[in-house]
Parts: sequence; structure tokens; C-alpha cells
Amino acid sequence: MKRAQKENLIKGFFCLFALLSIFFLLGIVIVLFKEGLPIFKVTTFKEFLFGRFWYPTYEPPDFGILPLLLGSLWVTFGALIVAVPLGVAGAFYISEVASPKKKEFIKPVIELLAGIPSVVYGFFGMVVVAPLVAKIFRLPVGLNAFTASLILGIMAIPTITSISEDAISAVPKRFKEASYALGANKWETITKVTLPAAAGGISTAIILGMARVIGETMTVLMVAGGAPIIPHSFFEPLRTMTATIAAEMGETVVGSLHFHALFAIAIVLFVITLSFNILADLLTQRFRKRLG
Amino acid sequence: MKCIKTEKGGFQMKRVILICALITFFGLSFVHAKSMRLVIQGSTTVLPIAQKCAEVFMQKHPQADISVRGGGSGTGIAGLIDGICDIANSSRSMKKKEIIKAKEKGVNPEPHVIAMDGIAVIVHPSNPINGLTLAQLKDIYTGKISNWSELGGRNQKIVVISRDVASGTFECFHKLVLKKQRVRPDALLQASNASVASTIKRTKGAIGYVGLGYLSSEVKALKIEGVAPSEETVLKGTYPISRPLFMYTNGKPKGLAKDFIDFVLSKEGQRIVKEQGFVPLK
Repeated sequence: MKRAQKENLIKGFFCLFALLSIFFLLGIVIVLFKEGLPIFKVTTFKEFLFGRFWYPTYEPPDFGILPLLLGSLWVTFGALIVAVPLGVAGAFYISEVASPKKKEFIKPVIELLAGIPSVVYGFFGMVVVAPLVAKIFRLPVGLNAFTASLILGIMAIPTITSISEDAISAVPKRFKEASYALGANKWETITKVTLPAAAGGISTAIILGMARVIGETMTVLMVAGGAPIIPHSFFEPLRTMTATIAAEMGETVVGSLHFHALFAIAIVLFVITLSFNILADLLTQRFRKRLG
Repeated sequence: MKCIKTEKGGFQMKRVILICALITFFGLSFVHAKSMRLVIQGSTTVLPIAQKCAEVFMQKHPQADISVRGGGSGTGIAGLIDGICDIANSSRSMKKKEIIKAKEKGVNPEPHVIAMDGIAVIVHPSNPINGLTLAQLKDIYTGKISNWSELGGRNQKIVVISRDVASGTFECFHKLVLKKQRVRPDALLQASNASVASTIKRTKGAIGYVGLGYLSSEVKALKIEGVAPSEETVLKGTYPISRPLFMYTNGKPKGLAKDFIDFVLSKEGQRIVKEQGFVPLK
């Protein structure tokens, strides 16, 4: 009796902690909408999302986040060009090709990349990569979408590699054995059997990598240049939604239109990352069903 | 049984006394603290000065409780008029409308100039340009001029670097140079004085602006309207991109407010002003 009570108490205690994070999330969402929605009293949803100019402190102000939205999508796209081939190929190497000894060394090293603070990446990009990019491409300045994509791509590799690797090793052994039995070599087995079987998990990895990149703040603030213009090429500076919030939130007047507009950007960002996560979840589920 | 009960009663009695004592103690300390409380609000430009001064002041006078808030010059002045704060920080002098409003409410705002703010325009040291006029500077930042050759320099694209629009440095530049016109949208944004300076250092065609405290041999400060930025020219008022920074009080400052403003104007306070990148008065 007493023991059961104790057990219940401990259960309740842990349940409380589990619920606490849900509670915090709920609190964040409520604050986000409470502070973000007032901006739509002075501007319409369409004007906000598709306005081409971001001049929040001028008289009269312009609250158009299209350049910021496209800026975020543009660097995310660029980062994926870097991260997907490297990340997925790395995952295949670790899981299918490398000897157990090499695997034991490479996997933790790649995961270590995820542990480097983003401000360090940003600093590295600003001091080392940006001047190099400017020199190689003969640009007046190296702080642009290209440099940002390159660095964000490197930052997304650990996410993509480690989740892809899990998906690849989850492919049942009998699939590969059947392939070898039919006379296929290793390359044919990887490309024609393992890759399609793990595709769902790899897509999940890529989407979670995208969520990581689009939410990244410090690096893009330091490296992307920060000009709120609609991007036309990779060699132009651009500004993302996250960088705008980080640069302007600290000094804006609490409760002003600018303040509400920054929260409204946060809502847009929240909706984007939420849908990425839901998409990743759906893909994982479908993938499980197919293999099951 | 009875014995236990009385003992319990005694225990409760002790508890009541303890709680009463605690309440009185905290109540008294609250009243005490209130008499030594100072609320400072306003300009984000003045904020670092006020904050650092408050820190040092409170170390010396542990009984003082100073809270410093930002919010912008307008918010600070409105706070002073509404009696929410004791000192309003402002990077501009009060507007006529604000003075009228203050008088209506029986508030008599008194300005104290506590420091000067000067903004230097900087370029890469290899840039042959030595000076610009305010009009040229404005044309560069609004996008009318985009190549150094138009100003007699090298045939090189001008890389325009600006600050985040909420910062005090931007606000000053925006008022004194841009005359409230829009910065070209493709200007690069940096989030601090230090990162503007370090980007200029590495970019040949770049131009940017920083507080006087961020000048170094690694960047070249331009003469504006023929005047080089220095503490001297800012204090004399000949350098055009400069302005006084104010603290406003209601009437002649008394008590803690007076002590604090005196501290800001003292040698030590003015040293803090300099440390924060502004121009001290003496």
C-alpha cells in the first residue's frame, strides 16, 4: 500500500515534468500570438507577407516581410545544396562502407560538428570564409547568400547524416542479402535497394536539416550581409527572418508596432518550422509502414 | 493529550509572531527602499551610460536602488511627464509639444547635458577619399551615388554598411545625415559598432559609421564638411554629425536624483561616458 503510494507519487512527479514542457510550449505560443497579432490592425496579412519593403522605424513604416521570407528560403535552399549530398553520402559511407573501426571514429566526429556554437561558425565565416569568397569570386564584399549557405550547409550536415544513418541501418538485412544473392554488387545494392528502402527516413533527415537551417540565427546575422532585398543571386547580401528579429528586438520599444511586427515574423517562422516537423513525422510514419 | 495540544498552540503562537515580525521587517525595508529608489527611463543611446553609472553608483551607495530602462527618448519623456520615472534619458531636446504637455501636468522638465555623441564615417585605410560633404554622404546612403569614381575615387562599387534600424547610432545618423530619408535597401546591416568596424577593415570599397569610441588605426575616418571627427571638434560643435545627450528631471533635481546626476557629471562618471564610446564633457 505504502509502496504503491510512493510509486504513484514518483509517477506523478515525472508526469509533472513531462507536462511542464508542454505547458512552456503552450505559453510561448500564446505569447507569440498575443504580441504578434496586433500588427494586423494596421496592415493586412497580405501586405505583411507580400510587401516588398521592410522599413519598420520610418514614418510611415513599411512592414513587408517578403524579402526576409525569401531570404530565409534562399539560404535554406543553398544550404541544402551543400548539406544533402555531403550528409547523405556520409551516412551511406558510415553505415555501408566504413569498417567498424572507422565508423566508430567518424560518427562521433561528425556529431561533434553539431556541438560547435553557432556564433563560432558565424565568426569563422566572417573572418575566414567571407574574405576568401570575396577574393575567389572578385566580389566587393564576401558577406552574402553564398557564404551563408556554405556555412549553414556545414552546420546541417550532422543532423542529416546522423538521422539518415539511422534510417539506412534500419533497412532489414534480408533486403541487401537478397540483392547480393541476385548477383548485384555493392554500388548496385546501395543505389537500387538500400537507398529506395531508406528514402523515407532520409527525407525526414533532410526536412529536419531544413528546420535547423531556417531557424538558425547568429550565423546568418553575422555572415549573410543583412540587406533586406529580394534575392536574385547567391552573390548578393540578404537578410533572413531570424536575423531581423535578433538584430532589432533588443532595442525596439516594447509594445510599439515594430515590436508587434517582429513577433508576427516569429509567428511565420513558427508555422514554417512546425509544418516541417509535422511533414517529417508523417514521412517517418509512412516509411515505417512500408517496411513493416 | 491536553499537554500536546497546548504545546501545539504555543508553537502556532510562535509562528504567528514570527510571521508578524517578518511582515513588519519586509514592510519596513520596502518603505525604506522606496525612499531611496530611482527610476531612469528613455533613450537606448544613453542607456549604456546610465546603466554602467547606476552599477558603479549602487556599489558605492548600497542603500540606493536604481532601475534603468530603455524604450527610446519619447518613452522616457512621456514617463517623466506621467511621473513614472524620476530621470528621463533623451538623445534629443524636448519637443515643444512635450513641454506644453508637461506644463499642463505641472511638471517642469529640466535638461542636463551629460555627454556628447559623435558619429564617425569610416572607410578602408586604402581608400584615397579623405572627406565628404553631408549631401554626398546622404546620396551614398540613399543610393544616388554607388561608385567611388563619382566622388573622385577609384572605379569601385561602394559597399554601404548600415546599422540595425532600432539602434541609437542609426537613429542619430538617420536624423543628422539622412534627414529621415530611407537607406538604400541593399545596404549591408551589422548589429554592432564593433562589427561595422571589423567589416570595413576587411572590405576595400566599404563605407560605414560608428561611435567615436570605435575609431582605430585599422580604419580611416573621413572629414565631414572639412572637419575631422574628434572629441575636440564634437565638443566645439564644429563636427556636423554630433549631438548632446540629455537627462531630464522634474524641476531642480533633489536627493538621490541629484546625487546620481552629479555622479554622472563627475570625473568618474565622465570616464564611464568615454568607456561607453561617447564624448565626455571635460
